[in-house]
Amino acid sequence: MSAATALAATLPERLTHLQRLEAESIHIMRETVAETENPVMLYSIGKDSSVLLHLALKAFAPGRLPFPLMHIDTTWKFKEMIAFRDQRAKELGLDLIVHTNQEGLARGIGPISHGSEVHTDVMKTQGLRQALDKYRFDAAFGGARRDEEASRAKERIFSLRTAQHRWDPKRQRAEPWHLYNLKKKRGESLRVFPISNWTELDVWLYIEQEQIPIVPLYFAKPRPVVERDGQLILVDDDRLPLNPGETPQNLSVRFRTLGDYPLTGAVESDAATLPEIIGETLAARTSERQGRVIDKDGSGAMERKKQEGYF
Amino acid sequence: MTIHQSPEAFGYDSFLAAHQSKEVLRFITCGSVDDGKSTLIGRLLHDTKQIFDDQVTALQRDSRKHGTQGAEIDLALLVDGLQAEREQGITIDVAYRFFSTDKRSFIVADTPGHEQYTRNMATGASTADVAVILVDARQGLTRQTRRHALLVSLLGIKRVVLAVNKMDLVGWSQGKFEEITAAFDAFAAPLGFTEIRPIPLSAKNGDNVVLPGAAVPWYTGTPLLQYLEEVPVRVEEQAAPFRLPVQWVNRPNSDFRGFSGLIASGRIAPGDAIIVEPSGRTSTIARIFTADGDLPHAVEGQSVTLVLADEIDASRGSVIVTADAPMRVSDRFDARLFWAAETELLPGATLLAKIGTVTVNATVTTIHTRIDPESGNPVPAARLVANDIADVTLSLDRAVAIDAYAANRDTGGFILIDRETTDTAALGLIHAEAPSSAVEDEPEAARAAKSGGGFLSKLRWVFGGI
Repeated sequence: MSAATALAATLPERLTHLQRLEAESIHIMRETVAETENPVMLYSIGKDSSVLLHLALKAFAPGRLPFPLMHIDTTWKFKEMIAFRDQRAKELGLDLIVHTNQEGLARGIGPISHGSEVHTDVMKTQGLRQALDKYRFDAAFGGARRDEEASRAKERIFSLRTAQHRWDPKRQRAEPWHLYNLKKKRGESLRVFPISNWTELDVWLYIEQEQIPIVPLYFAKPRPVVERDGQLILVDDDRLPLNPGETPQNLSVRFRTLGDYPLTGAVESDAATLPEIIGETLAARTSERQGRVIDKDGSGAMERKKQEGYF
Repeated sequence: MTIHQSPEAFGYDSFLAAHQSKEVLRFITCGSVDDGKSTLIGRLLHDTKQIFDDQVTALQRDSRKHGTQGAEIDLALLVDGLQAEREQGITIDVAYRFFSTDKRSFIVADTPGHEQYTRNMATGASTADVAVILVDARQGLTRQTRRHALLVSLLGIKRVVLAVNKMDLVGWSQGKFEEITAAFDAFAAPLGFTEIRPIPLSAKNGDNVVLPGAAVPWYTGTPLLQYLEEVPVRVEEQAAPFRLPVQWVNRPNSDFRGFSGLIASGRIAPGDAIIVEPSGRTSTIARIFTADGDLPHAVEGQSVTLVLADEIDASRGSVIVTADAPMRVSDRFDARLFWAAETELLPGATLLAKIGTVTVNATVTTIHTRIDPESGNPVPAARLVANDIADVTLSLDRAVAIDAYAANRDTGGFILIDRETTDTAALGLIHAEAPSSAVEDEPEAARAAKSGGGFLSKLRWVFGGI
């Protein structure tokens, strides 16, 4: 029990922000399980997914998770992410589905050969749509947060998608009190964002409070990186072509978000513990998604991707 | 000053303890398009150091392209999210913003100021503890100001800040400020606010937002942020009777049967006598289960799983309440609707009503009056169009447990869902008074039994218990 939990226990009438966030997220997950037929949790292996999974385990305890987890594997994730995923699934006895867009794989689509926009569209967005259709999931939990990006600030907790998985910002439902409308027409589905109201700092504080396991890439240590377009890219395997004369430097780096390794920039840091990461997060002068090449494919890039069915 | 201290300054342990034990305040900002609402939120984010270098760079670029402040950085662009909205230069939906200080975390519902979006403001206000109502010092109170004050009072917000903005443009005139304050007090007197806190400020320059305004020697009150850090939160919900709408029955094996839900109000402890509404069956609390272990008591805002001492029937849609505070059980009630659908509402329409965790068919038997959004006065209405506010009678296909909205926002509020489009068609607030009728508050099943059911009772149902 951390100092804060101990303090909160002595002041039971004054719930902390983290307690209220946790309770809200658990409520959202229970509503989804009660009102949909075939929910799934999209598991991206990152810290937000780790929090999401932890919340789900709490929401349905002492029972087991009443839905599977699904990872859309673009085949370009960091090696440590995949190892972490498989280890967690084994430890917790999770029902884990791993889906890769085989058609994209056969075409050899990749972030280096095709660029981030095409790669993300084919391997991530289309891969997700394929998997949702294949398993006929009618609700999918995701770990997106409203503080991540401007267009997400307005998205609802329960976001309705058409049968073609498109998001219509003009057809969003009001979500007053704790009342969510989960009704949908045949073929339509819901994206559910239980940690919508969490900030990056809240996520870190909660990970520390609950001692939630996360991928070691979040902690700083010397790693071989090259600098590309102002981003520090980890040389995670031999698929990253080095330019003539380019040699990886060993820098003390960590990652604030995790995705496909050639598209995810590291930050130079010595923060090797959770308190140090939290300290850096508060002092941070660049926003979290800056490490994502995908968000910078032009102004309004994320909004456009969402309309196309990106999570 | 309450901006984040550096962790090094006072040690990681106390730093973590301070941040992990912070409370949260939810508030809503209301104002017309030109009152400087987005600028105020941008100012709060900026001055509490929530804005990052890359965002400032993007802001400088965007200020040149879309800004309304000439060459200066336009803080409003920090909060005007969607591309389409930027192009129109206005905010058109509810957006949520987050910032924190060493004392509290804040969730801001940013809602549009122009008239056709009553629904959005009602949504933002429904979970807010405080409303910040912006007034342009040059304009004084407008129709919008009155509308917003009325709306937030209807939604049950008890504490408001009257933020008189753009004071720099009236030379920080104390007379002007007092004139606006007095006019607002007079208008708001019947609205039942617990507190009205007027603050003169300039969102653009930052005076009295986060830091005291150097230009305002005559104002000795607190800046806006300090008020938001100190105002009490969730006091009404804590004081209200215990209510837990059952979301889900957790029954992993034959040894465990618990009722999961978010506590809407009040407090509960093992040994407390309870009633399961609407069935009226009674039991006592055996355990308050959570994944972190059983709790000695639980309060409003916690998600828990209650285990009862007796094997009584309860399911999703039931509400567990303490025995000393039963709920009203009825298949008919009067309510105030905020009509949100683009289609018209006519008497006789049947929709789905989601009340807590129960969803039932609800027929609008009568539209009584429309509420004038500026004066709050009732006016005759035969039909409702988008953004109308009106008092109606609803008849349900079965009896459910309800509270008056004035007594409990979570168990007295509901939504209506269009059965064909599945869109949320209305927000509703249950009135304290039961519908006037000879058979008021008597469940339909009981009435049908007395009248022998059949054609007559169906007619009664259709005509709302005539």
